[in-house]
Amino acid sequence: MPNKFPLWKNIAILLVVTFGFVFAAPNLYPPDPAIQLSGQSGAMQIDAAVLQKVEQSLDEAGIAHFAGESDGEALLIRLQDMELQLRAKEVIQATMGGDYIVALNLAPTTPDWLRNLGGVPMKLGLDLSGGVHFLLEVDLASALATRLESDLEDVKTALREERVRYRSFELSNDQIVGQFRDVEEVARAKTLIRTNLRDLQPQSQPGQNPLTLVLKLSEIASREIEDNAIKQNLTSLRNRVNELGVSEPMVSRQGKNRIVVELPGVQDTAEAKRIIGKTANLEFRLEASGRVGEVFDFRNPKGQGPDARLESKAVITGENVTDARASFDENGRPQVNITLDAKGGWQMGYATRDNIGRRLGVLFIEFKTRLEKSIDENGELVLTPVPFVEENIISLATVQAQLGKQFRITGLEQRESSELALLLRAGALAAPMYIVEERTIGPSLGADNIALGVKSVAVGMTLVLLFMLVVYRGFGVFANIALAMNLVLLVAFMSLLGATLTLPGIAGIVLTVGMAVDANVLIFSRIREELAAGASIQGSISAGYDRAFVSILDANITTLIVALILFLIGSGPVQGFAVTLSIGILTSMFTSIVMTRGLVNLVVGGRKIKTLWI
Amino acid sequence: MTNLKIYNFMGLRKVAAVVSAVLLIASVASLSTKGLVLGLDFSGGTQIEVGYEQPADVGAIRQQLEGAGFDGPVVIQYGSETDVLIRLQGKPELGLSEKVYDVLEDGSEAVELRRVDFVGPQIGEELREDGGLGMLTALAVVMLYVAIRFQLKFAIGAVLALAHDVLITLGFFSVVGLEFDLTVLAAILAVVGYSLNDTIVVSDRIRENFRKIRKATPIEVINESLSQTLWRTINTSTTTMLVLLALYFIGGELIHNFAVALMVGVGIGTYSSIYVAATVMLALKVDREDLLEPVEGELVDDLP
Repeated sequence: MPNKFPLWKNIAILLVVTFGFVFAAPNLYPPDPAIQLSGQSGAMQIDAAVLQKVEQSLDEAGIAHFAGESDGEALLIRLQDMELQLRAKEVIQATMGGDYIVALNLAPTTPDWLRNLGGVPMKLGLDLSGGVHFLLEVDLASALATRLESDLEDVKTALREERVRYRSFELSNDQIVGQFRDVEEVARAKTLIRTNLRDLQPQSQPGQNPLTLVLKLSEIASREIEDNAIKQNLTSLRNRVNELGVSEPMVSRQGKNRIVVELPGVQDTAEAKRIIGKTANLEFRLEASGRVGEVFDFRNPKGQGPDARLESKAVITGENVTDARASFDENGRPQVNITLDAKGGWQMGYATRDNIGRRLGVLFIEFKTRLEKSIDENGELVLTPVPFVEENIISLATVQAQLGKQFRITGLEQRESSELALLLRAGALAAPMYIVEERTIGPSLGADNIALGVKSVAVGMTLVLLFMLVVYRGFGVFANIALAMNLVLLVAFMSLLGATLTLPGIAGIVLTVGMAVDANVLIFSRIREELAAGASIQGSISAGYDRAFVSILDANITTLIVALILFLIGSGPVQGFAVTLSIGILTSMFTSIVMTRGLVNLVVGGRKIKTLWI
Repeated sequence: MTNLKIYNFMGLRKVAAVVSAVLLIASVASLSTKGLVLGLDFSGGTQIEVGYEQPADVGAIRQQLEGAGFDGPVVIQYGSETDVLIRLQGKPELGLSEKVYDVLEDGSEAVELRRVDFVGPQIGEELREDGGLGMLTALAVVMLYVAIRFQLKFAIGAVLALAHDVLITLGFFSVVGLEFDLTVLAAILAVVGYSLNDTIVVSDRIRENFRKIRKATPIEVINESLSQTLWRTINTSTTTMLVLLALYFIGGELIHNFAVALMVGVGIGTYSSIYVAATVMLALKVDREDLLEPVEGELVDDLP
């Protein structure tokens, strides 16, 4: 048995090794702290003139910077020192004003040739980079309830227009219940609703009062409302996060009704929480005449009395707002200028045309949570989050003329006006959200975690290398080269796949280091056994590899299964562990079987040797 | 055929069975009476880690917080003398951590906010359910794989060995009162993977020997297989333990319990791959017949 690899196999191994080194290399270049500047809207030109202005302001503040570049849409300036980042951001924001978004960023220092090959460093998880993680739950029931409320009004209007007479129509839980005086009217109403209001389905249950009409949202309509609510909330959150000026934020859906927001490197978590957690909406409603409608308190009662009665149907909501800017009116009082979309503009015009002289209220709706204590059946204290809604009138002004697409709201404090503008601009939330999980990692803890992780990998690896050298001597060297290469390949694959490195992920790497040698231990033990059984040296090597292969394969496949399950059930950090473990298993199979065999073949294969140094 | 020393492992299987039974009963008893100290991930709540420049006075911090109106805060040292972990009872609400930080910042010493974790009660409950479900799924899938690749008796042996390892590791956490959080759950699933690795390697050798050695009792075959794989088992456990020790001593407070769970699990897993899986197989009367590969063309030979 010659134990020689054909040339192509050796070349293939060499290629994989080269690939590993090239794609692991970007991790050797630490990124520069940087500041990124972009415009509030895509139309803004961020050119050389802007760059010059920004650089000048930094020079004046005595902040060392270099390699400023702009691509027309955004500019990036690198700083010498991490400590200067926050101050630089303040200086630039003060110089450029509110029309620009200034974000802290990290600029890669990967050399061009590596970047051209597609080489990128590993992404760091929040526990390593520092930052905030929020898990928000979207209250879908509330989105359905809002829709049902407006449907109720539509039903009443439709019935009135067709002169179908009914006694009453009201909401009860998740359905609309109508009472009629005679059966014919019920039938007419049913037909009308079936043709005009397809979202609603008339329910018919046995034993139901024939003069009662029960309407429910159809399955399809409900699902559509829920889906849209989540989608709109996602969009709004993305816009809001952009307003915060965070580089590389992550906003994504998780499961049926949850949204994950991750903001790496955010220092001011309170501000982030205020903007993200703020689930406010606006509704424009006409003042009600008589006893109909609902009564709301004023947010800042200033000579307008404590409350006012508004109609229960909104003319438009925050959803129709396309732009909102905070400014000051002629008298220096804060105001918000609002622009509506076409539909909103039309509805506004339609509603105000016939109502000049009546008053139009702006209702500010905030969704909040409070925790209520209760005692459960086991006698333990449990806290349940109870969502509640705070609705206040922020302004109630007489409609002077027919309103169109553009108008303004006054009667706010300055801070309120800029916040309202931001919330309206960034998009209202279609359904309220509650923070169900928050994790904040300070930047120094992140840096500490990286240092600890790197150190434990180094120490663990050294121990294993020494052990293998002592126990398997010459072959230990082969196993050690394979082990080191395994680490390089693992890093290369993680960088290339864009996998995120977390602290448990580093633990996974350390564990992989410990377990990756298992395959070599198996093979080498087998070779020793064959030698002890009196087989020839070349025969023992060959048999050792062949026989150990099945065990290694079975053992690794089962571990992969476990890692996969871990990935499916886990969240962020645990998934990081599962990812490194899985990639580690795959790369270690290559290095400990194919690579060590290549090395063994190269050194001892096909030669006449008396003893094997194993 | 080889000059390898054959140890009579199975001679001790009754003693091992008693040891396992005692450990299992103790674990189950502790788990059902004392339970696990659930970490924030599973219990829900708010915790805040802060760092001081000087060694922190835990008592003073507690008084400071109580003075500011916080209800029964738990303040403990975390990892080092300068690091403090504060756990708050009662209502986790938006901005609570900032309030705590403001209170601490008013004190005389410089303090740095290192970490905030807020987990809503419903999330904790879901994680508990998902964790348990994940564990059971892992066991079921693994059993299926081993049953297909090997044979049902091997699968039962492997899965019982896994359940044994998981229960005893959980039991250890319950008895010692170490906190059980998401990283520990990950560690336990890694233990499942590791222990399985060990069991598979041993089973593989048992299967091979059953096919190879014709005249030997199942006990002899298993003893020989275990002896042949003994060094591999010891060496692999040693390298894994070495890196776990590195993690335990250097890895930092956040993965401390992760390392502990793995060390206990790897220790138990090494033992169980020798004793539990093989003992169960013997109890199920495993023998050569179970493992004969169907030989192609056999029927043809029987034809006259």
